[in-house]
Amino acid sequence: MVRVDGNGNGDSLVRVRGLDKKYQRGSEEIHVLQGLNLDVDAGEFVAFMGPSGSGKSTLLNLLGGIDLPTAGTITVANDEITHLSGSKLTEWRARHVGFVFQMYNLIPVLTAFQNVELPLLLTKLSKAERRKHVETAMALVELSDRMYHYPRQLSGGQEQRVGIARAIVADPTFLLCDEPTGDLDRKSADEVLSLLETLSRQHGKTILMVTHDPLAAERAHCILHLDKGVLTEGKKAGAAQ
Amino acid sequence: MKYVPLILANLFRKPVRTILTIGSFGVALFLFGLLAIVRGSFNQGLDVAGADRLVIINKVSLIQPLPLSYRDRLLQIPGVKQVTFANWFGGVYQDERNFFAQMAIDTPTYLQMFTEFKVPPDQWKAFEADREGCLVGADLAKRFGWKIGDRIPIKGTIFPGAWEFNVRGIYTGARRQDDTTQFWFHWKYLDERRTYSKGMVGWYTIRVNNPDDAVKVAKAIDTTFANSPWETKTDTEKAFATGFVKQMGNIQFLIMSIGGVVFFTLLLVTGNTMAIAVRERVRELAVLKAIGFSDVFVMLLVLFESVIVALAGAGLGLGAAKLLTLAGDPTHGMLPFFFLPAGALTAGVALAIVVGLASGIIPALSASRLRVVDALRRV
Ligand SMILES: Nc1ncnc2c1ncn2[C@@H]1O[C@H](COP(=O)(O)OP(=O)(O)OP(=O)(O)O)[C@@H](O)[C@H]1O
Ligand SMILES: [Mg+2]
Repeated sequence: MVRVDGNGNGDSLVRVRGLDKKYQRGSEEIHVLQGLNLDVDAGEFVAFMGPSGSGKSTLLNLLGGIDLPTAGTITVANDEITHLSGSKLTEWRARHVGFVFQMYNLIPVLTAFQNVELPLLLTKLSKAERRKHVETAMALVELSDRMYHYPRQLSGGQEQRVGIARAIVADPTFLLCDEPTGDLDRKSADEVLSLLETLSRQHGKTILMVTHDPLAAERAHCILHLDKGVLTEGKKAGAAQ
Repeated sequence: MKYVPLILANLFRKPVRTILTIGSFGVALFLFGLLAIVRGSFNQGLDVAGADRLVIINKVSLIQPLPLSYRDRLLQIPGVKQVTFANWFGGVYQDERNFFAQMAIDTPTYLQMFTEFKVPPDQWKAFEADREGCLVGADLAKRFGWKIGDRIPIKGTIFPGAWEFNVRGIYTGARRQDDTTQFWFHWKYLDERRTYSKGMVGWYTIRVNNPDDAVKVAKAIDTTFANSPWETKTDTEKAFATGFVKQMGNIQFLIMSIGGVVFFTLLLVTGNTMAIAVRERVRELAVLKAIGFSDVFVMLLVLFESVIVALAGAGLGLGAAKLLTLAGDPTHGMLPFFFLPAGALTAGVALAIVVGLASGIIPALSASRLRVVDALRRV
């Protein structure tokens, strides 16, 4: 279940209360998020939409623990992350968050395999175990035959699938995707979206995705609109309830 | 270990740049090696000096002689155990560029004083028996390809005339730093043949009974010969060598200055390179942090990179310097000691690590302070 009214039942995976984010630009104060509430249950696939500059990326960054709110709390799997110190937050990210970026952000000097392996370097897994996990993830994104290619030898769609493999390889609590198809053509975008759908449907992954693309949003279970600093439920959210 | 590919991959990101940076370190460390060799060569006398030996020269200057009669008077001074003497010859072998030290030595006493030099007994006997005999150092013999029995013509400069000597033996040094580039012949022969300065010697070397008394004995000697036509100046062998080195002081200062400037430049160049290398991949570093790599990890990643570059360069530069010493002295004997001491190698590697760390520290710190959101927002 997904709610934006702050009345979640308490066992949701992601619980956001009164989230505030202000930026100071010169003398001007930008109040991007204004007391935002959100509850997302495990296994949900949520799409965030909204005008450019409405704060979608800001919200996702806060959820992913790479930015700090001005006020409010974020609780993920009963861990309140808004109180964690820098290094604790880093550790928390390693265990719980899989990021998928619009620009893929693969390390160009590493092969697809090595890119996907990165999150596993932070675990205690042996070399053989790491290999197994990477191979599984690469098979899931259907790139088993591109394991030893460098990012520049891959198409945009393939790069993004490697990015997704990297995000899921350590089996994080949720995936955060900021415009994962923003840089892709329709066909590649559809492949990536189908992949996310599969991850949600068949593997029960919790996915929070920001997108401008209505077709992409359609794939999610639920669409939320971010406007004027708060979330409102889109048409699909009603259907899901 | 599992992070090795991550570090190495970054080095291959811009191979040309990495090679150039390694090259900068290489050149600087090669220069460091050369300076260490030259400096070591100047300072060598200090290592060779025996603690219980004193050198007695004419108070006016080293090139002024002292009378032979001082030998017996020196032996009577309390604390003096042994006396020997020698004379600088300063002749030319074939060409002035073939410089090496030629010394007329007091054959009966010289090796008793300088026990660090070894001559096989049969060669020594042959030398003693030949009025025109000479002993040459192993390095000197190697340099000119001399063998026992060769006849060596030397043109006298201080003592004019065409002199010829027979190589009767080849001496070696007990220690590596012992100078085996000298040429020795009988002082007696010199004294017989020369037309002036007869009965005079260049300098005396004495051994004292107790090194602790060296200063006292030196004073006693100089007092004994005070107010004579040939006043003396007595110093420990070490002080004597130090005096020599001091004359080279300006060269040493020059060497140190050049070295300092080179390393400072190296620091600036590599520091700048590392800064660029980090700046152009802030995004990647931010992604690593987003994935869960710590600030400290990212800092170490950058530091390791610059230290590895530094070590690779140091290996090349010092290796080249070492090879050069193995190939032999390019000045053909101007530098009696031509090797790269192990201490200099260690110092060079340490220096490279320090410069590597220093050049990497600022970019590494800025990488560790990098905020993920800011870096990712920048396109
Ligand atoms: N570091 C910052 N300093 C100042 N203002 C910022 C900063 N980061 C974001 N903002 C502002 O916050 C607002 C929200 O930005 P955000 O990137 O979250 O929007 P968005 O909804 O993701 O937009 P887009 O759809 O274009 O990606 C924008 O007005 C932006 O200019
Ligand atoms: Mg955005």
